[in-house]
Amino acid sequence: MVSPYLFHLLAFTAFPVIFSLILTFYKWNIIGPMEWTGFGNWERIFNDRLFWKAILNTFKFLAIHIPLQIIVALLLAEVLNQKIFMRGFFRAAFFMPFVISGVVVTILWQQLLGYESGVINRILVLLGMGKVGWLIDPNVAMVSIAIMATWKNVGLYVILFLVGLQTVPKQYYEAADLEGASHWQKFFKITIPMINPTIFMVVVLSTIGGFSLFIEPYILTGGGPLNSTLSAVLYIYKQAFEYYQMGYSATLGVFFAMMVMIVVIVQKKFVEQDV
Amino acid sequence: MLVYLVLTIAALSFIYPFIWMIMASLSPEKDIGSLILFPSELTLDNYEMMVGKIPIWRALFNSLFVSAINTGFSLIFCSMVGYALSRMQFKIRDLIFFILIFTMSLPFQITLIPNYVLMVKLGWIDTYLSLTVPFMINAFGIIMFRQAFKGLPQALIDAARIDGCGELRIIFRILWPNIKPTIITVAILAFMGSWNEVLWPLIVIRNEELMTLPQLVTLFSVGGRAEAQLGVKLAAAVFLGAPIIIAYLIFQKHFIQSMASTGMKD
Repeated sequence: MVSPYLFHLLAFTAFPVIFSLILTFYKWNIIGPMEWTGFGNWERIFNDRLFWKAILNTFKFLAIHIPLQIIVALLLAEVLNQKIFMRGFFRAAFFMPFVISGVVVTILWQQLLGYESGVINRILVLLGMGKVGWLIDPNVAMVSIAIMATWKNVGLYVILFLVGLQTVPKQYYEAADLEGASHWQKFFKITIPMINPTIFMVVVLSTIGGFSLFIEPYILTGGGPLNSTLSAVLYIYKQAFEYYQMGYSATLGVFFAMMVMIVVIVQKKFVEQDV
Repeated sequence: MLVYLVLTIAALSFIYPFIWMIMASLSPEKDIGSLILFPSELTLDNYEMMVGKIPIWRALFNSLFVSAINTGFSLIFCSMVGYALSRMQFKIRDLIFFILIFTMSLPFQITLIPNYVLMVKLGWIDTYLSLTVPFMINAFGIIMFRQAFKGLPQALIDAARIDGCGELRIIFRILWPNIKPTIITVAILAFMGSWNEVLWPLIVIRNEELMTLPQLVTLFSVGGRAEAQLGVKLAAAVFLGAPIIIAYLIFQKHFIQSMASTGMKD
């Protein structure tokens, strides 16, 4: 009964993980023979400025994306968690971008963010403000991608927060009302501590999602301008499928995967402490 | 009142871009630059041009075919394993469950390159096999089914055994009708995952006839073939988005519940 899983596990998880570790010690262009390099690939990582730039870019993306996502999702969930006319409609509207392919969302935003004729810049000009180089300014491009990713994913987190908010017992708010607490006090003293587990779940999920950032920069900028939107996964992809450096890109994959796991473990430790 | 203002602005910011995209794809090229909502005239030129340039219908078929195969096999295999893990006694059961949880937290970046090498060595590059076989089973589906089967009464299974049912018949005839929400959740997640996947097809498929829809649209968009014409790109994006948007409008509640359950896996 479990044999399909065991086959699948051996073929597509166990073998690749082991083979990946072996590949890190070889230089290989997939066509010729494998060439032993010892720790050459690992040494190369530490001298590969572009890879560290990609890591830094990925963290920069996370640093904007996660707080923005939590604030917007929490705000919308808090507003939706009341008796609201057409509540189902609003919930469905927020969730819509999440179900649609990232490819569609990215092509759409490419037009919205265009410099000369993009919708957003045209609105800014109408309002009497200057144009912003959303995708062509190296200082702004990653911010644009983080905003776009937030727009796409925030609906999921609104739903998760809604579920979380409904677990907070009503008596707490009633007691606070008797004490004359303001709306903000209730929000920060009751709601936030009570939904702490949800907040951390959202952080972990969007961290894992953020670390796999690929298709957005691939379509939008190709990693530019000046490599400012080159993400770690995009760099690994390029090493493997543009330069055919299988050994090196496998090493990058293993290294980056370990980094992801460490970050997530650290975050999980935080959850256990705070709750 | 402030509440409704916030909600309306938020809803508009999520819906308006899609409406703009559909309208722009139906406008003549010269109008797109100035379009805010309604074009001066409607035209299907962009769609005709797209159909002429890329095998988009073939890609639609590929995507539907691959997603349907992956969904079907996921349901079958994940139920079998989930059943074994929840209802059968065997030696390494707990070990398998532990491995399952462990592999779920393994980042995909570690298996990406070696899995590609595996596809090359198996000769599966440019075949449907590379798009389907690795996705016929997934840890999350197994855990969902395990959880659902655990919640059913043992009497149901015992009664079926007395009637002489085999294990497979018990799963699919007796137990399945009792866990419809789980089936729908696993099906939606498998279908969506397969439909929206784009990194893997980019790696293993080079033959245009076998490309999935998101892959073809991506390559069309980043390659030179759209000739910098916005309308055609947007038409391709609408074509790619439409099936999921339509499915979402019909099965909206199921989509939201399924996706929300991905967050509950801990």
